[in-house]
Amino acid sequence: MTGLAWRKGKSAGMTLLMAMFTLAVLIPLVLIFVYIIKMGFSSINLDFFTQIPKPPGETGGGMANGLAGSVMLILLASLFGIPVGIFGAIYLSEYGGGRFSDLIRFSADVLSGIPSIITGMVAYTLLVVPMKGFSALAGAFALALIMIPIVLRTTEEQLKLVPGTLREASLALGVPLWRTTLKVTLRSALTGVMTGILLAIARISGETAPLLFTALGNQFWSKSLLEPIAAMPLQIFSFAISPYDDWHRLAWAGALVLVTIMFGLSLAARFFGRKRQQGN
Amino acid sequence: MPHNETDLIEVSVLPQVETHRWQLKKKLSGDSAFRGVTVLFAFSVLAILLVMVAGMCKESLPAFAKFGWKFVTGRNWDAVQGSFGALPFIWGSVISSIFALLLATPLSLGTAIFIAEIAPKKVGGVIASLVELLAAIPSVIYGLWGVLVMAPWLQRTVEPFLAEHLGNTPFFSGAPYGVSMLAAIFILMIMVVPIITSITKEIILAVPQSQKEAAIALGATRWEMIRIAVLPYGKSGILGSVILGLGRAIGETMAVTMVIGNTPQISLSLLAPGYTMPSVIANEFAEAASNLHAAALMEIGLILLVVTLVINVLARLLIWSVTRGEKEGRRI
Repeated sequence: MTGLAWRKGKSAGMTLLMAMFTLAVLIPLVLIFVYIIKMGFSSINLDFFTQIPKPPGETGGGMANGLAGSVMLILLASLFGIPVGIFGAIYLSEYGGGRFSDLIRFSADVLSGIPSIITGMVAYTLLVVPMKGFSALAGAFALALIMIPIVLRTTEEQLKLVPGTLREASLALGVPLWRTTLKVTLRSALTGVMTGILLAIARISGETAPLLFTALGNQFWSKSLLEPIAAMPLQIFSFAISPYDDWHRLAWAGALVLVTIMFGLSLAARFFGRKRQQGN
Repeated sequence: MPHNETDLIEVSVLPQVETHRWQLKKKLSGDSAFRGVTVLFAFSVLAILLVMVAGMCKESLPAFAKFGWKFVTGRNWDAVQGSFGALPFIWGSVISSIFALLLATPLSLGTAIFIAEIAPKKVGGVIASLVELLAAIPSVIYGLWGVLVMAPWLQRTVEPFLAEHLGNTPFFSGAPYGVSMLAAIFILMIMVVPIITSITKEIILAVPQSQKEAAIALGATRWEMIRIAVLPYGKSGILGSVILGLGRAIGETMAVTMVIGNTPQISLSLLAPGYTMPSVIANEFAEAASNLHAAALMEIGLILLVVTLVINVLARLLIWSVTRGEKEGRRI
């Protein structure tokens, strides 16, 4: 009898412990959100979106160049990363099978686990050294390397969900395989593929480490893609570790904008994901 | 009979058939070209990985030639004198990651079990998506919060408390700086928890319902069911997720750089500032004083790359072994 009571009590105790652990996990999360929202909203103003940073010690200024720089970097990275990811995924799902495909999948998984600062170092040796200078191009390349495995794996999953009968119907009508793949298979998986792309963009929009020695950052507007370019995460980093209160204020405002953009992207991704489920 | 005209028609059709065949051939070559492009892009993923490893090896060669294996055991890091030893950074990375994992693992396991087995489905879903939000926050924002909110708080409350009560041990001695190994451990713990939690949750959900029902049917309480049916089944996958968290913690750069204090020293005290491998790369690589300095940083990068590669391969294999079996099982 006591045995059962003891076992039941132990079960209840463990349940309580799990609940407390969950609470302990959620507290810092809530704190971080509260701070981003509280500090962010009290710091943000119109200048944030229209001005470039003021010299150290002066108040005012904004992160307009960083915002534009981040958008630029993301566009360039997408230009390179999305096609590689999608076509690679087409190989894996439409042609692949066998050891080579497993090897590719495995390297994509491993690649996505490599610290992003290493990606930055590699982009530095491959692009910054030969081109003799930090540039937006090198920064975008580093970000693209991070995008590729994400786009590849999500696209492959989505392509595999397309029913084989759809492909067969198209092929039976005499449409060549490559057109079938692009116009039928990829097209019917499009919303799911979009989800993957948006998630990849959300991921790289906050990346800082790979930009440290590729895009480098810029106090002013950059005039070409071969120059160092400002990026929001870089600005948040350097402003946060600076001793100036007004720069801290800008960093909080930047954090709010960055988090808003990222959550916007993942909300959009979820929207696409849901649409896809309904479509099926 | 009108059907007699068929001969004529056939003659007129012939050339068309020819062109059609020609088109067919062209389409087939379009297919092989398309296939070629997809193979090339798929291969590029493997190529990137190989280029990464090869490039880092080549670039770190000057440092390896000069210092050999002493590089990993040397304690002195002086860019001006040209003397480079990586031990303080390796120490910092190992200590911060291990302690972060020690704190994060029970918290994550508890949260995953709570989400998957204890909480009502809706509550669990809300907590799960909150945890996923936590995983999506960029590390620079963790760093911002860490350096402007958490570190000052540690300096005011936690560190004086630890110094007062445990200050006579070497682990909590010294003045409270705020930015310290302790701050790095805390921020890493917060960042690693969502990763371990979300993977562990998936693994727990992958445990077949029949296993759990069998345990319940034998009279097990909820906790006993979790202990004898759920955890053993997902053991290797859970271990995999913890190792994956370790990989993330070791490679984490920005947040740690912002709170650890960036001092290349080996101190037993968690209240003292430290330095990690990614942090020193982040701080010094863009302004490397000499080629040797750059090569030494590259070698640190290479060590980091090899360690994370091993960790990731190990973790993926463990996680695959569980989730693959589950997927195949579902198909039958």
